[in-house]
Amino acid sequence: MRRAVIAFTAFLGGLVLLLSSPAWADGEALKGTLQNQGQPVNGVKISVTTQDGKPVAEVTSGADGKWQVPVPKAGEYKVTLDQKTLPSGVALKFKDKDTLTVQVYEGSQRNVLFALGAAGQQGNGPASSDSSFWNRVAQLTFEGFNLGLIIALAAMGLSLIFGTTGLTNFAHGELLTLGAMSAYFFNVVLGIQLIPATVIAVIVGGAFGYLQDRFFWGKLRQRGSSLLAMMIISIGLALFLRYLFLFLFGGESAAYTDYNAQAGIQVGPISAAPKNFIAMGIELAVLLIVGLALLKTRTGKAARAVADNPALAASSGINVDRVIRIIWTAGGAVAALAGVMLGLSQNVGYQMGFQILLLVFAGVTLGGLGTAFGALVGSIVVGLFIQLSTLVVPTELKTVGALLVLILVMLFRPQGILGRRERIG
Amino acid sequence: MDWNSIFVTTVKASIGLETVVYALAAIGLNVQFGYAGLLNFGQAAFLGVAAYGLAVTVATFQLPFWLGIVIGLAATVVLAFLLGIPTLRLRADYLAIVTIAAAEIVRLIFRAVKFKDVFGGSDGLQSFSGDFYAMNPYAPGSYGIGSITFTERTMWVLTVGWILVALSCALVYLLMKSPWGRVLKAIREDEDAVRSLGKNVFSYKMQALVLGGIIGCLGGFVFALGQASVQPDLYGTEFTFYAYTIVILGGAARVFSPVVGAAIFWVLLVFIGNTLAEAVGSGVIPSSIMTVSQAGSVRFMLVGLGLMLLLIFRPQGIFGDKREIALDAR
Amino acid sequence: MHADTTTAKKEAALAVFAGLETEPGVPKPDPILVIDKVVRRFGGLTAVDVDHVEIQRGSITALIGPNGAGKTTFFNQLTGFDTADAGSWTFNGKPMNGVPAHRVARQGMVRTFQLTKALSKLTVMENMRLGAQNQRGENFFRALIPGSWRGQEDEITERAEELLERFKLAAKRDDFAGSLSGGQRKLLEMARALMVGPELVMLDEPMAGVNPALTQSLLGHVKNLREEGMTVLFVEHDMDMVRDISDWVIVMAQGAVIAEGPPDTIMSDQRVIDAYLGAHHDAPMSVEEAEEQLHEAEAELEAEIEEKA
Ligand SMILES: Nc1ncnc2c1ncn2[C@@H]1O[C@H](COP(=O)(O)OP(=O)(O)O)[C@@H](O)[C@H]1O
Ligand SMILES: [Mg+2]
Repeated sequence: MRRAVIAFTAFLGGLVLLLSSPAWADGEALKGTLQNQGQPVNGVKISVTTQDGKPVAEVTSGADGKWQVPVPKAGEYKVTLDQKTLPSGVALKFKDKDTLTVQVYEGSQRNVLFALGAAGQQGNGPASSDSSFWNRVAQLTFEGFNLGLIIALAAMGLSLIFGTTGLTNFAHGELLTLGAMSAYFFNVVLGIQLIPATVIAVIVGGAFGYLQDRFFWGKLRQRGSSLLAMMIISIGLALFLRYLFLFLFGGESAAYTDYNAQAGIQVGPISAAPKNFIAMGIELAVLLIVGLALLKTRTGKAARAVADNPALAASSGINVDRVIRIIWTAGGAVAALAGVMLGLSQNVGYQMGFQILLLVFAGVTLGGLGTAFGALVGSIVVGLFIQLSTLVVPTELKTVGALLVLILVMLFRPQGILGRRERIG
Repeated sequence: MDWNSIFVTTVKASIGLETVVYALAAIGLNVQFGYAGLLNFGQAAFLGVAAYGLAVTVATFQLPFWLGIVIGLAATVVLAFLLGIPTLRLRADYLAIVTIAAAEIVRLIFRAVKFKDVFGGSDGLQSFSGDFYAMNPYAPGSYGIGSITFTERTMWVLTVGWILVALSCALVYLLMKSPWGRVLKAIREDEDAVRSLGKNVFSYKMQALVLGGIIGCLGGFVFALGQASVQPDLYGTEFTFYAYTIVILGGAARVFSPVVGAAIFWVLLVFIGNTLAEAVGSGVIPSSIMTVSQAGSVRFMLVGLGLMLLLIFRPQGIFGDKREIALDAR
Repeated sequence: MHADTTTAKKEAALAVFAGLETEPGVPKPDPILVIDKVVRRFGGLTAVDVDHVEIQRGSITALIGPNGAGKTTFFNQLTGFDTADAGSWTFNGKPMNGVPAHRVARQGMVRTFQLTKALSKLTVMENMRLGAQNQRGENFFRALIPGSWRGQEDEITERAEELLERFKLAAKRDDFAGSLSGGQRKLLEMARALMVGPELVMLDEPMAGVNPALTQSLLGHVKNLREEGMTVLFVEHDMDMVRDISDWVIVMAQGAVIAEGPPDTIMSDQRVIDAYLGAHHDAPMSVEEAEEQLHEAEAELEAEIEEKA
């Protein structure tokens, strides 16, 4: 697990960090966060010089691994990490990359990423023997499932909302962020242990889903808003919420208080922190419960019926509005849980939901828009594909592979894995 | 608060580089989304491939500037075909998902360390705009009225930019008056009906996608040249969302509305940003409520809020005709 | 049959059909459309399985059958809106399977839809102009030179005005099509189809949802099409109307053609009675059929609501 968690964290963390500095923020600066296997690395000396070698400043990374150097103006700077100051057991992944030349644009804070790894295993990636190749496959499959399950949690809600209301909800990712951030608030700010904090976050998520439908989407449906209008409204809502999170939380990503520094355990070929196994267990359990609820309970059957054909369901006496409200509530709660899980495997940041939204879309479309179980299958395929693709493509491009597959599926099986075609005439 | 400086920045913003870029992106999007009803959520990628086409040709391969422009245009057309062929026969929301995914793919490839030699990684590329500024007819100096002034470089970029905006508007005007535009508007409403009347719907959608992409790509050129650099993260999904906001703000399916929309959008963004920053800086808004960096995020919260309110209360935007657009939230 | 509506064309059409057998797939002397073994399945459901059918040129042929018989699906196959799983058909001797919808229309085989597809955000006149074929201004580059298409546009407008006059829509010329009543939309859709200049007009339930005051005029227009030398194939439920205007009737049930014959006698055909009775009275409705009916009702309701809005 560790390796991929690093990779995954570095990748997503890098995305978060880079994106979190919009080109129009004020005060040029260089900054970064040093992390080794998800843990902050402090006390490392970083020096910044101008392109022609004039020193600008020298800092050491803080307890949270962060460092920041304000620079006088936009331009090119050289950032050097002093390898001698790295704690023992930690080294640069690429020994020769201790000096990076970066461009700082006007008004922007530039993030600089130094890739760290355990000493002795840095460098040249999968130059490994046969058995370790299969270990890697096993490891990546595990991680793929983990990611796929998180995506699936979000995708079931998104898919059912699409099926019942026709809404392509671009603000669904923010439900995840909300969950992760509520848990962060209760856990880090109020000091509640993460498990009860998660429970509260899930309740908050459910309540938010309920309220959204009750006072927003429901009202819009009553007015007869077109689906296109609602889709763009959801983009507006997503923007609003995302920047509200930025306002409240700040641009840096952060970790929960608990389960931070767990030593990895080895299960067969797979090594991961215990929290990952437990998270996966929770995800599986929740998906199972949701699945059973859809199959066995009255409301669940009604939900699927409505997703299948709202008009028919309505005429056969199902209270469509009630079903939709339940879907929103449950969808919000499950998405909040997915957010916490995502925050646990990477970190909590205001962009996390937005970034995973595309993968959720990929899962949902792959499975066939509007079918709950299709979304489940599609999401797991996406998760597996993303992780396993790192066997052949660089980690930074693994999302590219998944998105390409999405496009190819559109080409050959537009109705998705479990979907059906539309009617004409 | 310094109202004079706020005024000056606001006026400059209304005709400045970002307005031109957003206007071109939005004019293109208006062809695709406003007139043809295509949900292109990858407009940023069209600007991106154009800008990078130019930058890579000149900066990475040391080839001539005009070849860079040709390659940028060609890359745009290729992207349009790549996106259009699989999705234009499918439901509208599929195009949305594919284009948003493709835009993300493009951005991730541009910023990949793997291709740093070609695309420059997350730093992007510089030093490709020399030939463009060598053509600058403005003598060095400062141009403008009163305290609203631009350097000769900015003047040159803005001149070219606004000429492109004017030409694009003229093109869209002519097309939308013609039977070609009529087919497009009909497709927006019901493609099966149009098909039953013997029109090749797929071909028209493709033409709209390519045309919108090319107009957007002009914005990509202007952006790259105006900044004298390209950077992958400027071409993210949010850029596309802002372009949508602009189209809807001005009023979809109106020739000039993207231009006015872009000016208003950018001015408001700059104005609100400046005012808030001033208010926080001068202590009018205490820092316990908002810090300067938080003020930055408030602007974008307002964009989101504005987009929602527009669609709910005035989907036709400023200039649109309510009876004529597909967006009515009623 | 009313004597006053019997014209030379009608006589001619009836004469052709006079001696024909009433077996499904009976050959016609001068078929415009010949269909062989067309099959369309949706999952386990075979919606269309037509062995052989010919449509006589210059006649009005009605396609009837209980709800869910597969009439609309059959139309979709023939006009290229959906891909058949198997089968072939020729129009004027040219093979048409696999031909995309817009090419089918260009060949002269134009359809309308069960749920009206008036383009409500275009004006009535723009709707009409859209129907015209080979427009120079519909080419991207020529569109940029108004001089190159203005002349043709004027001709098209003139033709459209004549048709609108005939369909009593001239007063609505510049109104948005969305402001028309349901019946007027049906009229507009038919008029627009005529702008294409079709040889074969295929109407899917042209009278559905039209108020009785307008049905007579719609019927008149359909008859007129034959007078002008066009062939009409239409789907209809109301047997009175079928009897009134059609020269020949084809009956579909459960995807297959089960009988053909002249309108006067077809309803007394045992196979037809069985099909209709089987579907409606004798056996209790299957869940699927019940669903389908609900469906239809819903769709019609929706269409009505849409028309009111
Ligand atoms: N796209 C589709 N998917 C699944 N079943 C369909 C589809 N289109 C039609 N059907 C089914 O095919 C049968 C024939 O439908 P249709 O052609 O609409 O009948 P008709 O027009 O004769 O009333 C019905 O049982 C209908 O439910
Ligand atoms: Mg039908």
